[in-house]
Amino acid sequence: MIRIPCPFCGTRDHSEFTYGGDASITYPALDAPKEEWHDAVFLRDNICGPQLETWHHVHGCRMWLVIERDTMTHEIMSVRPANPKLSALFEDNSEADQ
Amino acid sequence: MTARRLDHGGRINRAHPLSFTFDGNTFRGYKGDTLASALMANNETVLGRSFKYHRPRGIMSAGVEESGAIVTVGRDASREPNVKAPMQELYEGLSAEGQNAWPNVRFDLGAINGLFSRFFAAGFYYKTFMGLPPFEWGHGTRLWMLYEKLIRKAAGMGSASREPDPDCYDHVHAFCDVLVVGSGPAGLTAALTAAEAGRDVILVEQDFELGGDTLSDPSREIERAQLVDALAKAGVRIMPRTTAFGLYDHGTAGLLERVTDHVADPADQLPRQRFWTVRSDATILATGALERSIAFDNNDRPGVMTAAAARSYLNRFGVLPGQKIVIATNNDSVHHTAVALASAGADVTLADIRKHGASDLPADIELREGVAPLKVHGRSGVEAVAFASASGNNWSAAGQTDCDLLLVSGGWSPVVNLSSHRGAKPAWNAELACFLPGLTNEPIYHAGSAAGIWEYEACKASGEWAATAALGEATAPPQPGGWSTPIKPLYEVRLPEAKTKAFVDFQHDVTGDDVRLAQQEGFVSVEHLKRYTTLGMATDQGKMGNVIGLALMADALGKDIPDAGTTRFRPPYTPVSIGALAGRNVGHHFKPLRRTPLHDWNLKHGATMTEAGPWHRPWYFAKTGEVIDEAYVREASTVRKTVGICDVSSLGKIAVQGPDAAEFLNRVYSNGFAKLPIGKARYGIMLRDDGFVMDDGTTWRLGETEFLMTTTTTNAGKVMVFMEELLQTRWPDLKVHVSSVSDEWAAVSVAGPKARATIAACLAEGEYISNEALPFMGVRKITLANGIPGLIARISFSGELAYELYVPAGHGAAMMDLLWPEAERQGGCLYGLEALGTLRIEKGHVTGAELDGRVTIDDAGLGKMASTKKPFIGSALRQRPDLLRHDRPQLVGIFPKNPGQTFKGGAILCADGEVSGFGEGWITGVTHSPMFGHWIGIGFISGGHTAWAGKTVIASDLTRSEDVEVEIVSPHMYDPEGVKMHG
Repeated sequence: MIRIPCPFCGTRDHSEFTYGGDASITYPALDAPKEEWHDAVFLRDNICGPQLETWHHVHGCRMWLVIERDTMTHEIMSVRPANPKLSALFEDNSEADQ
Repeated sequence: MTARRLDHGGRINRAHPLSFTFDGNTFRGYKGDTLASALMANNETVLGRSFKYHRPRGIMSAGVEESGAIVTVGRDASREPNVKAPMQELYEGLSAEGQNAWPNVRFDLGAINGLFSRFFAAGFYYKTFMGLPPFEWGHGTRLWMLYEKLIRKAAGMGSASREPDPDCYDHVHAFCDVLVVGSGPAGLTAALTAAEAGRDVILVEQDFELGGDTLSDPSREIERAQLVDALAKAGVRIMPRTTAFGLYDHGTAGLLERVTDHVADPADQLPRQRFWTVRSDATILATGALERSIAFDNNDRPGVMTAAAARSYLNRFGVLPGQKIVIATNNDSVHHTAVALASAGADVTLADIRKHGASDLPADIELREGVAPLKVHGRSGVEAVAFASASGNNWSAAGQTDCDLLLVSGGWSPVVNLSSHRGAKPAWNAELACFLPGLTNEPIYHAGSAAGIWEYEACKASGEWAATAALGEATAPPQPGGWSTPIKPLYEVRLPEAKTKAFVDFQHDVTGDDVRLAQQEGFVSVEHLKRYTTLGMATDQGKMGNVIGLALMADALGKDIPDAGTTRFRPPYTPVSIGALAGRNVGHHFKPLRRTPLHDWNLKHGATMTEAGPWHRPWYFAKTGEVIDEAYVREASTVRKTVGICDVSSLGKIAVQGPDAAEFLNRVYSNGFAKLPIGKARYGIMLRDDGFVMDDGTTWRLGETEFLMTTTTTNAGKVMVFMEELLQTRWPDLKVHVSSVSDEWAAVSVAGPKARATIAACLAEGEYISNEALPFMGVRKITLANGIPGLIARISFSGELAYELYVPAGHGAAMMDLLWPEAERQGGCLYGLEALGTLRIEKGHVTGAELDGRVTIDDAGLGKMASTKKPFIGSALRQRPDLLRHDRPQLVGIFPKNPGQTFKGGAILCADGEVSGFGEGWITGVTHSPMFGHWIGIGFISGGHTAWAGKTVIASDLTRSEDVEVEIVSPHMYDPEGVKMHG
């Protein structure tokens, strides 16, 4: 069982979360051509090592998180809110703390 | 073996006798005994029969590595097979039986297998039962299925009860700073050091007493007791009878606590076992080491055991396990054992393969140097042991000695299992002839003999080191070792070309010859060796035998042991009962149950319930004497004629609020929502990114910035998660908030020509729902006659004039008490899911059975709804060429050619005369239609109903019924123009 440090709730068991998908994908605009959508939806790297992925704290704060996780070791390098505005807020705060 | 209880010594309480039975005979033991020590004290030697050859087996150890004394404990439903007797604490009235034997372990007819042992070599089953040699007669699955039944009967261990488990089990969660596994000198010291530094410590011990090896060493008793006392004072949470069976990611450990397995008459409120999930910042493994055997002829006879076991039985349990004892060793660890046995009155011979030159043994111990055991004589017990001496690479016979007990120490294997669970690959140490724990980046630290540290004081020091390391203070770990004379590696003793039965894995009857045979047949990888011979795959996971097997394989390959490789240990370290894994999640609690706010009201009014996912929903409301088929047909036709009320509270309901709510819905739904007026509902279909249908439902505009979305019951969670994902990850600029309000509302559908009259009679004064006040797809806030506020929407799933009425969940029953008498007055009924299915199939409305994730909006016949003026989720990828093909299976209605015939959901649709393969389509739902007076169905077929007009189609149900001729019609079977619901 892996343990995920949720920025909102603290460290919790992974059974509180669901896995989303590849967080390195930038989804195209809705009116983008289907070729772009094809690549965004279907093309995935099968990474052995650190990978950016989204997780949903579905049985907690229900926030979507971006997690950098090593697929070999499950080591979690970083966790941040998926919402870029919230993520920026967290970064501001951590700078202020220092 | 002639064992006897001594009248003094040991940790047993002679003032507290206990009686127990083994194979129906009553024996006496004492409090503090294990089943093994008590049986040994009663001189019971043959306690089990081996797996393949049914050879007699006795006690081989005093711990979890036991491979001989494996018994069944308890009676009837509580019977537990494969219990290791040395791990079973004795209690008053304990009842145990030998297993894998008939009629009993002392006289077992299955022993005839031993005569055919040369046929039972490695790979026997694979070779024989895939076809009979020499020509592989009967090759194939059929023969194997026949043999398998016989093999299962003949092989295997004990049998579990077929009854439901009468015991209960708990799941418990815990957190700590430091988890210490094992309570030998290293573990006790580590726990105390960490606790005294202010850390929150959990100490886990699989035994019922703390102390590990020191329990068998009376000279350390005072110090042990002081340590245990200090632990309690330091606030360590001490968990005896608890096994750490597995280590998992991020400091998670799985523990099994045996709460009442040692209690004769447990209190009712106690669970039998507790399954703990512990999360710790650091883990200290002071798990000790297990003594290995040596492979030689008949090394499995009752009366052959590890040297440490004899010391434990003597010093801890006050049992002298033999009178004339030979101790065979290749290392220093047996010294204390030899002295203790001799001073207890046994006649002891020490056979050491090493040549010391000088001996510090007492004079009454005979020392034979340079010899090792070659063969044990005797069948149900040890009568004599023959020796061999090494000359070069060969062995030659070196005389024999009469004895009744042979103790073997072939070296020590640190218990590296738990860190191996974490992927730390054990590293071979040639000097100590054992695997030492591998390196890991995780905060896992080994102490004591688990780290290959053999001496008492050094073990304590290593415990202190491990605690310091766990506190984050890095220092160099202590060096392993500690014997004054080096170990001389010794794995097998046999004369050249001799035919022997020299066991490597006792539990699975794997011999040295089997290992060599596997190598000859090309199974040279250690992983293949393991699977082909089943070495190390028994319930003990090769605790005693794995290293010997590896050594023999390495020898056969001409390699060193580390080059032959080693297998990775997997959890659990010792078996965990399925009941403990299940915990309380059994029976009714196997899965969560969701009840609607109208649940009790429905039951009180005659509902028969059915499961819809986690929900319990009314299936039908039978009148007296009615069966389901009569009930649902009556309900459906009542709805068409007058009015019916159906509980639809389980539908997903999501409040979508905010300035950008309309824009958000417009992107999510395939049809337009931007211009939906306030006070109107719209049926919407949402797609997934890949262009397939995700869900459908109506969304109601309650205000400029406020919508109420409904989803199907099944997809309520999925839709909510997807919308949260979109808002948080893709469209963070949209000012929208979504919240699930599914549980806030009680909801009913009131459907039928008399629906309006029924509801109108229940409204507060001044409320109107006339066609003008509430037209088709209209929504408004409303107050019922009893003052309950709610929402009403004029939407129809049944195809009739219909309304959905929502009130706050707590008022659901009060709403029904108002509506139901009025509906009855109108000649109406309550209806359940079955009639709901009938009504929607007649209309060709889709549900989850149709929208199964493989269906596009066009396949469902709803392609015209998809907007061409705006992009939406899935709009790009639904244009993929393959999804636009006209011969894709499309939604259709199905009529039987002969109206008297029925057909079933799940049948495949085939062209006439071409019933084969996957056919041309499939049926997703069927019902008896009161409107048509025969059975009708809904499903998919290539090209849709226009492609099959006038053609005969076969509904083929290969598993349940005959082929039925059907015709394909438009899915909109009843009232295709929608006159009724607009009326």
